[in-house]
Amino acid sequence: MLTIKRLSLALAVTALVAGCSSGVKLDDKPVDGSLSSQGAGASGQGQSGVSGVDLTGSAASKAGPQGVSRIVYFDFDSYSVKADAQPQIEAHAKFIKANPAAKVQLEGHTDERGGREYNLALGQKRAEAVRRSLGLLGVNDAQVEAVSYGKEKPAAEGHSEDAYAQNRRVEINYR
Amino acid sequence: MTIDRLPSLTTWAAGPRASRRAMLATLAATPALPALAQFRVEVTGVGLTQLPIAIAQFKGEGSAPQKISAIIQADLERSGQFRGVDASGLALDETSRPDVAQWRQKGADSLATGSITRLADGRWDVRFRLWDVVKGQDLGGQGFAVTTGDLRLVAHRIADYIYEKLTGEKGIFSTRIAYVTKAGAHYRLWIADADGENAQSALSSPEPIISPAWAPNGTQLAYVSFESRKPVVYVHDVASGHRRLLANFRGSNSAPAWSPDGSRLAVTLSRDGGSQLYLLSAQGGEPRRLMQSSGIDTEPCFSSDGRTIYFVSDRGGAPQVYKVSSSGGSAERVTFTGNYNISPAISPDGKWLAYISRVGGGFKLQVMDLATGTVNSVTDTTADESPSFAPNSRLIVYATIQGGREALMTTTLDGKIKARLAGASGDIREPDWGPFQKH
Repeated sequence: MLTIKRLSLALAVTALVAGCSSGVKLDDKPVDGSLSSQGAGASGQGQSGVSGVDLTGSAASKAGPQGVSRIVYFDFDSYSVKADAQPQIEAHAKFIKANPAAKVQLEGHTDERGGREYNLALGQKRAEAVRRSLGLLGVNDAQVEAVSYGKEKPAAEGHSEDAYAQNRRVEINYR
Repeated sequence: MTIDRLPSLTTWAAGPRASRRAMLATLAATPALPALAQFRVEVTGVGLTQLPIAIAQFKGEGSAPQKISAIIQADLERSGQFRGVDASGLALDETSRPDVAQWRQKGADSLATGSITRLADGRWDVRFRLWDVVKGQDLGGQGFAVTTGDLRLVAHRIADYIYEKLTGEKGIFSTRIAYVTKAGAHYRLWIADADGENAQSALSSPEPIISPAWAPNGTQLAYVSFESRKPVVYVHDVASGHRRLLANFRGSNSAPAWSPDGSRLAVTLSRDGGSQLYLLSAQGGEPRRLMQSSGIDTEPCFSSDGRTIYFVSDRGGAPQVYKVSSSGGSAERVTFTGNYNISPAISPDGKWLAYISRVGGGFKLQVMDLATGTVNSVTDTTADESPSFAPNSRLIVYATIQGGREALMTTTLDGKIKARLAGASGDIREPDWGPFQKH
């Protein structure tokens, strides 16, 4: 029984690591499921040595740190991370450092005003500002890619100041 | 009694190959849709010198699938250099000898006549003749045998012939434009005739497409696609639909611009931090950095001789148009009016720079005479973007908002004659005017 328990744990850990680095869907859990049922079937009731490993937790880890916003907002004509975004950045930095296999894409955006290509470059500036902030907190730059959508993917449609404010952002996406 | 013999038609041109209109492939599993974008041409404005020309209805046109004379007249009027004279109610064809006095009285300097006849094999025999009715001179004509699908092209070729004979310059009516539409979360890259008609979808995507750029050979388009969740540059063969990834370096890849000989592209890459300009072989490979600057450098465009690259930089604090040798070196500022100047386009004849300037919160098309530095604001709209010159340097196509809807417009360089290419559906943006076609 002990052997089965160790085996199932080892396999679960392997599945977890494999899930993180290769993009395998983590909610399939085929190995764990069959092992559990085999164990239960073979030994009948009272098979208490197998500990089921729930992998849905690691699926959630693809969304980054829990309870922290993935979106960093910017003021008009500003391309530096605001002071009040620091705690948010720190939470992400902590998560990325704790997950060396995590790949992060920072997507910079602008509001709709101005030309497409110039705004693409301004969005890039915002994404790189977040990247620098993460770097200053010790994040490995190889885990981070900064890209821009410019004005092509607004979060809010419309021409109001409120819409503009929602669109000036960097989205932190875990791949 | 003297019988007037018409001189025989001086040139007969073989009909254009139908294969030019080969099916264009589309991205992903989207089914091929028929050419849908319907354009109407509305020409406004009055030019200083416009040649008055009458285009008579072609004999047989009433029952033909395309109104050849109407297409020719719209082409010539859109150029800004011609004014149409009413030619209705007369039955003429390319063999008619016009009553010169009658046409002079109507105010025409020139007259075009022609015919369109169904051939036994289902193709069409299209003929025309051009007359100088001031001198009573036959200016020649041509004949074509074409499929139904090429009738619009024949009309454009005839308009080119007339334009060249009467202005001495090459016509652009047989050229094509590329542009992008957005309908919800559906983006398409279209290729249409220069009059906006006959649009065919080259690419269909759920992610944005921006900055289409025709290769100088007119058979390929470079563009930026966000289909892989970051901007990358593709080169796309229009006839086959085959495309290859040209630039997918770390970070963002955008703003492709072809060198005039088609061997290289200038692109904006963020691979080394910031947005900077690089040169890349059209075959791909390692990019060569063009300059190092402390700001954003983007939107490159080559001069026609390939020696200069105009671009946008905010190295001085705000975006302005600069130029630099295509072999690199120090850049020279070109725009000095206003604090936001972007999207440069250089005319093929090297004389004009078109760009977009932010003026009082709006974005307006400007045309600069490079010899004198004089700048003219040529539109009365305030959301202009993406100017592109016609290959004869006489017209600019751009996107703007008119009546609350995005539209493509063409304008003469002085801003006096404008034509709206009004799309039926979807926001229209990012036009790029293709080169002269080899034929």
